[in-house]
Amino acid sequence: MNYIDSSLKVVGTRPVRPDGVDKVTGRAVFAADTRAAGMLWGKVLRSPHAHARIVSIDTSKARALKGVFAVVTAADFPDIPSEEAFVGEGPMNFRDLALNCMARTKVLYEGHALAAVAASTQAIADAALALIDVTYEVLPHVIDVEAAMAPDAPVLHDDMFTTGVDPKPAKPSNIAKVVTFKKGDAEAGFKDADVIVEGRYTTQPVHQAYIEPHACLASCSPDGQVQIHSSSQGHFMVRAYTAKLLGLNMANIRVNPAEIGGGFGGKTLVYLEPVAVALSRKCGRSVKMQMTREDVFRASGPTSGATVEVTLGAKRDGTIVAAKQVLKYQAGAFAGSPIGPGCMCGFAMYDLPNVDVVGYDVVSNRPKVAAYRAPGAPITSFAVESAMDELATKLGIDALTLREKNAARNGTKTHYGPTHQNIGFTAVLDAVKAHPHWKAPLKPGQGRGLATGFWFNIGGESTAQVHVNEDGSVTAATGSPDIGGSRASIGMMVAEVLGVPPTTVRTIVADTASIGFTHLTGGSRVTFATGMAATQAAEKVVEDLKKRAAQTWDIPVEAVEWKDGMAYPAGSNAGAFEPLDLATLALKAARTGGPLVAEVSVNAQGAGPGFGAHICDVSVDAETGAVTIERYTAIQDVGKAIHPSYVEGQIQGGAAQGIGWALNEEYIYNAKGQMENAGFLDYRVPVASDVPMIEAVLVEVPNPRHPFGARGVGEVPIIPPMAAIANAIRGATGLRMVDLPMSPPKVRAAFDAAG
Amino acid sequence: MAKTYVSATINGESSEFLCETQQTLLDVLRDVIGLTGSKEGCASGDCGACSVIMDGRLVCSCLVLGVEAEGATITTIEGIANGEKLHPVQQKFLEHAALQCGFCTPGLIVATKALLDENPNPTETEARYWLAGNLCRCTGYDKVIRAVMDAAAELRGEAVG
Repeated sequence: MNYIDSSLKVVGTRPVRPDGVDKVTGRAVFAADTRAAGMLWGKVLRSPHAHARIVSIDTSKARALKGVFAVVTAADFPDIPSEEAFVGEGPMNFRDLALNCMARTKVLYEGHALAAVAASTQAIADAALALIDVTYEVLPHVIDVEAAMAPDAPVLHDDMFTTGVDPKPAKPSNIAKVVTFKKGDAEAGFKDADVIVEGRYTTQPVHQAYIEPHACLASCSPDGQVQIHSSSQGHFMVRAYTAKLLGLNMANIRVNPAEIGGGFGGKTLVYLEPVAVALSRKCGRSVKMQMTREDVFRASGPTSGATVEVTLGAKRDGTIVAAKQVLKYQAGAFAGSPIGPGCMCGFAMYDLPNVDVVGYDVVSNRPKVAAYRAPGAPITSFAVESAMDELATKLGIDALTLREKNAARNGTKTHYGPTHQNIGFTAVLDAVKAHPHWKAPLKPGQGRGLATGFWFNIGGESTAQVHVNEDGSVTAATGSPDIGGSRASIGMMVAEVLGVPPTTVRTIVADTASIGFTHLTGGSRVTFATGMAATQAAEKVVEDLKKRAAQTWDIPVEAVEWKDGMAYPAGSNAGAFEPLDLATLALKAARTGGPLVAEVSVNAQGAGPGFGAHICDVSVDAETGAVTIERYTAIQDVGKAIHPSYVEGQIQGGAAQGIGWALNEEYIYNAKGQMENAGFLDYRVPVASDVPMIEAVLVEVPNPRHPFGARGVGEVPIIPPMAAIANAIRGATGLRMVDLPMSPPKVRAAFDAAG
Repeated sequence: MAKTYVSATINGESSEFLCETQQTLLDVLRDVIGLTGSKEGCASGDCGACSVIMDGRLVCSCLVLGVEAEGATITTIEGIANGEKLHPVQQKFLEHAALQCGFCTPGLIVATKALLDENPNPTETEARYWLAGNLCRCTGYDKVIRAVMDAAAELRGEAVG
C-alpha cells in the first residue's frame, strides 16, 4: 500500500525514541559493556613500520607467560584465496580483509595487526605482546597518492595489475583500478565553450571518529558453536566475514548486535571479531577485545585522501557545455577506495551534455579505507562545487542562478548511466532561494558560500517481523542495527499501519539466528528498505486481523475495515457489530487461527536519490587564519521525514562532520610513514564551541517507491560543507582554498601567498 | 600485585572496592563495580564520554586513579535520575532528540548537570564552551545545546519556550 497522500497520525510526529531512556540513564549495553564468566582480554600486536616483510614471529615467550591462554598469528587462519565479497558497503575482497585482520607475509601500514594474545588481565595481555619477537625487513614505503602512482614507487602487492585498462599492464603497480565514465563528446564541448575554469583540489584522509572504539566479546564452544556480541553496522556482515575468514559454517555463528556507538560507514567491516573467535577457539574461553583510540586511528577507517582535477566549460549565459574530472583516491593498503561513487556523484547534480571522468583507485602504506558517509562523494563534490563557484565568478553570474540553470531534473540522463526520476533538486534550490539566510545581508568581513550534494541512496535486502503479543501490544523486530534512531522510525511506520500509538509498538534489533537476512546499516538504506519490510509485515498483520474479525462476526473479510487500531464492519450492509480492538483480537487469537505474526523479507529497489544544498557564512581572522562558521543552513530533499527530529539530526550531524573535514581534520605522517596525530587531542573533530546552530530545512518530495515516500537522508549532508565553506572563505577574503583542511596555517599561508 | 582497599560514596551509596594501583577510576567503575554507563572513548581525557562528578567537580574518570577515589563522593550517569524519575536534563535530551547513537550521552548528561549545578543560567556560548570537552560525532551539537538550555530553564522554574 502507499500512504503518501494519506492523512497520517504517527508518521511525521516526534515521539521519544524507544531506546531513549536506556541511553540517557547509562543502561544501554554497548559491545564493550558485555562480559562473560571466565572472560579473557584479547589484545593485538601491531606493526610499528609502514611497510616491512615479516621475516619471523616468535611467540614462545608470550605463550609461556603466566596468565596467557592463547596466542594467534596468521598461521592460525586459513590462507583464503582472492574472492570478491558483496558483504559490506563498497568493494571488498575476502583475502584482503583476512590479511588486514592479520598480516601474513608483509605488514603494509603502521598499525597493521600481525599477532594477538588472550590473557586473564589487560596488563598481562600487554606484557605478552611485548614478549612477541618479530623480525622485520623494513621496506621503502609510500604514503601520498600521486607518489604511489609514480613508476618507481615501492609496490605494495606483487600481484596487483591495474584493472579497467586495455591491454592489461605487464608490471604490477599500486593502481588497483581505473574507472571511466563518458557522456557525449567532452573535447568538442570544451571547443564550444566561451569560458573554461580549471582547478586542482586535494583532500586529506579523515576518520569517521565514532566515539565508541571497536569492541566485541566472542566465545567458541568445544562443539564449534560461536557466539559474538559486537558493535557493528551489520551483524549479518560480521557473521559472513567471520565465517569466511575462519572457514566456519554460518549456522554455527550467532552474532548479537550490541548498541553501536556511531559508525558512519566505519563499522561496515571487521577488525576484531575473527581474531577474538580464533583466540577463543584456541583456549576455550570467552575473549573480549576493544580497540584503543590510537588503534582506531592507526588501524581502522579512514576515508580516502585524494587529488581531484576539474575542468568546466560554459557558454556566456552560464549553460555548462562540457565537464571533465580526473580523480585519484587513496585506498589505503588494499584496493577498494570509493572511487566509483567519486566518479558518479560529482557531476550528478547537473544536466551536462558532455562529460569525461577518469578515476584511479590507488593503494599506499596507510590503513585500509572504510566507508565514510556518502563514501567518495564529499571529495569529488568539494572539487566540483568549488569549481562551480569559480565559474560563477568568472561569468559574473550568481552562484544559485548558475546551479538553477544547469540543475538536473526528472529525465536528466546522468553521465554514469541512470536517468533521474522523481528527484527534488530544483525543489531544494527553490528552498535556498526562498530561505531568509540566502537573502540576509552579510556583516562586514563575512563571506557566504553555497554548495550542493548528491547521493544515490541504496535499498537492498531487509527482513522485518511484526508480532501482536497476547495482550495486544506489538513487537517489531528487524535485522538492522540502529545507528541513529531507526528503531523509532520503524516502530512509527508499524504503528501507523496498525493504527495504534507508537508507544504500543516496541522495536528491537534481532540477532542473526532470530530473523531473516538483512544487509548492513549503510547507504542510507534502513528507513527505506527495512522500513518497507516492516510496513509490509504490519500490513500482513492487518489483513490477518481483518480475517479474524470476519471469522468472529461470520461475515466476508471484504466487509471488514481496519481503522484506528480496530476492526469495524465496513458499512451498514456488513452488519451491526461492536468494533474489535487489537487487544480483544489478540486475546482470541488461539481460537481464530493461532499467533498473529508476520515476517516479510524484501530486496527493496527504488531508493530515491537525495539532493542537498548548504548555505554557510564565515568570518576569517586574517592574523591567525582561523575560520569561524557564523551561520549554517542545510536544506535537503528527504522524501518524507518519518521522525523529523532524527532526520534533522542526521542533517546537522553530517554537516558538522563536513565542517570538521573542511577546517581541521587530517592524518599527519612523519618521514617513517607513522601517524603523528592518533588521538582526539591532535586529530581535532568539531566540539560544541566550534559550530553554531545548524538549521536543517526539510524539503519533502516523496519517493513513490517507498510506502511513506521516504528517501535515505543520512549521507547527503556531509557532501556540501567543504565547498560551501571554501566558497564562503572566497567570498570573505578573495582567497580560493583548494587544499583541505582549510586549517589556520593553510589559510594564513594563502594570505601570505596572495601578498 | 597487591591491591588497594578503597572506600567511596558512589551515587549516594557507600561503596568499597579493591583496585590495582594503575587502574583508573573509569576501569574501576566499569570493570570492578560494574557501572558501565560511563564510557571509554579515548582513555586520554579528550572525549568526555567517561565524565563523572567527583566531590562536586566534573572530571574525566579515565584521568583519575581508582585509589584517588578514597573518601570521595562520586556521581555517575547511573546516579543522575532519582529512582525511576528522570532528571530534567535526561528528560530534555529525550524530548529534543539530543542523541543518536547515545555513546557520548552519559558523559554529556553528567557534564550538563555539573554545568547547571554551577551556573543555572548559562548563555548558549557558555554552554558550548563548558561542553567543549564532550565530543559528540552524531548530532552536530544543535539539539544537545537546545536540550541543555531548555533543561536550564526548567530547573530555574521558568516557562519552557
